[in-house]
Amino acid sequence: MVCWDPRIEEMPKEELQRMQYKLLKSLVYRLYSFSPFHHDRMKEQKVHPDDIRELADVKKLPFMFKRDLRDGYPDKIFTASQDELVRYHVSSGTTGKPTVVGYTQNDIDLWTTSLARALTSAGLGRGDVIQVSYGYGLFTGGLGMHYGAERIGATVLPTSVGNTERQIELMQDLGSTAIACTPSYLLHMGEVAEKMGVSIKKDTKLRTGILGAEPWTEGMRNRMQDWLGIKAYDIFGTSELSGPMFTECTEQKGFHIWSDIALTEIIDPRTEEPVAPGEKGELTVTILKKEALPMIRYRIGDITSMDDSPCACGRTHPRVQRITGRVDDMLVRVELNRESFSDKITDIMAIRQKIEHRLRNSLNVMAEVELVEPGSLPRFEGKSKKVIDKRSM
Amino acid sequence: METQKFIIRQISIFSEKRPGRLAAIAHALGEENINILAFSISEANGFGVVRALVDHPEKAHDKLLSLGFNVAFTEVIAVKMKDHPGGLYEVAKILGDTGINIEYSYAYSGRDGAVLILRVDQVEDAIKKIKNTGATLLERSVFH
Repeated sequence: MVCWDPRIEEMPKEELQRMQYKLLKSLVYRLYSFSPFHHDRMKEQKVHPDDIRELADVKKLPFMFKRDLRDGYPDKIFTASQDELVRYHVSSGTTGKPTVVGYTQNDIDLWTTSLARALTSAGLGRGDVIQVSYGYGLFTGGLGMHYGAERIGATVLPTSVGNTERQIELMQDLGSTAIACTPSYLLHMGEVAEKMGVSIKKDTKLRTGILGAEPWTEGMRNRMQDWLGIKAYDIFGTSELSGPMFTECTEQKGFHIWSDIALTEIIDPRTEEPVAPGEKGELTVTILKKEALPMIRYRIGDITSMDDSPCACGRTHPRVQRITGRVDDMLVRVELNRESFSDKITDIMAIRQKIEHRLRNSLNVMAEVELVEPGSLPRFEGKSKKVIDKRSM
Repeated sequence: METQKFIIRQISIFSEKRPGRLAAIAHALGEENINILAFSISEANGFGVVRALVDHPEKAHDKLLSLGFNVAFTEVIAVKMKDHPGGLYEVAKILGDTGINIEYSYAYSGRDGAVLILRVDQVEDAIKKIKNTGATLLERSVFH
């Protein structure tokens, strides 16, 4: 196994946890002293930095949500002044108002280090040509991956998204060995290549895909691996945490979350208490070393579980399993009334789509709509039962 | 040309994706002594539409409606086919040559030969075009 930073990546768990505790403690003191936002929230929660006496005490701290960043738009909760920042990224705001993330030089370095370790764990390094087909710009995917790939000494081909035929030509001409993009874009690329008479499996040197920024399944992984002749690795991260930060290692069994960078908890979203080890729950992340925009117990909204058992790759850092769902995923059953029913299937599908759009726009959640027959939704005592929670944690 | 007599009333029923829906529909029609002459099920992701030609469409409609089903009438036409190899091709070629667009279609083969049931955009126009080619359209009275 090749590690980017073997001293840290193979560090015994107890040592890692001691390190995490020290980092958490100093982070909390710093924020209590210098951040009005965090200070007020700790006061509200009646917790003082002195109350953090062991790592498990992290659960005394208040949670953060995306709305805290939206409410603080653009930089109200930053803990660095503008002249200390070297970069901004801005999330697209597809599910609400945009959010701005600022970075100090140390923040960029930390993010880059995280990815350097991750990309190395996925078998990449000097000699690789990494085609970065994530969007460059306000989105964190392109630039984040670019810096990480350069750091490990790989050659970056910064194609960004689009112009797919040219991307495939360059992939052949410059011998890309890895590609970083969304899984759906890679599938699209495979199809375009075939139309051009190019087999990615046979006619290119591509052997690794670093795929993320949207949910995908084991089924898609198997299909891409067989069809394109690559190993497909999932990547995890979100702009509020910095950007894409963690990938699967060559074992492909979850993302190693670097303990010296991030403290992860899996909680039951209803009780807000930690779940039993290995159980599914909501992922909660504290970034231990962020300067410009510290994130404490950030609830991203992803449902997953954590595996703290030793990984066959030798790394001691815990693995978060691939994301299996969102806490805000909803299935909405809607009775199709008689006036809306026509014999035309496309009409019915259009109705369903319209409802999904309306729900997304007004509630800011992804909702899948299932149309049911009139009168089939349960009604109790003359009132309809409006919400049935069938989430399995 | 009298086109109305060739327009057949099909019943279309919305169905959730759940076992037993077809049985419920068929049971209701059986109870009312309604005979199903032809039917098809179309499924779209998460729901289905059952379409049927029956001998008493009004009665079927009212019965299903009273049971809470979403039912609608749809106008279709029925073209006679030869019940031997190439029979469908003859009819399909006519539809293609005369520029008739099929929305959906299903077929059955009975005592008096094979029949292709068609849902088209412009039903009266389609009837005229098909009649002009000499093909045989079945009248509504054959069914109900």
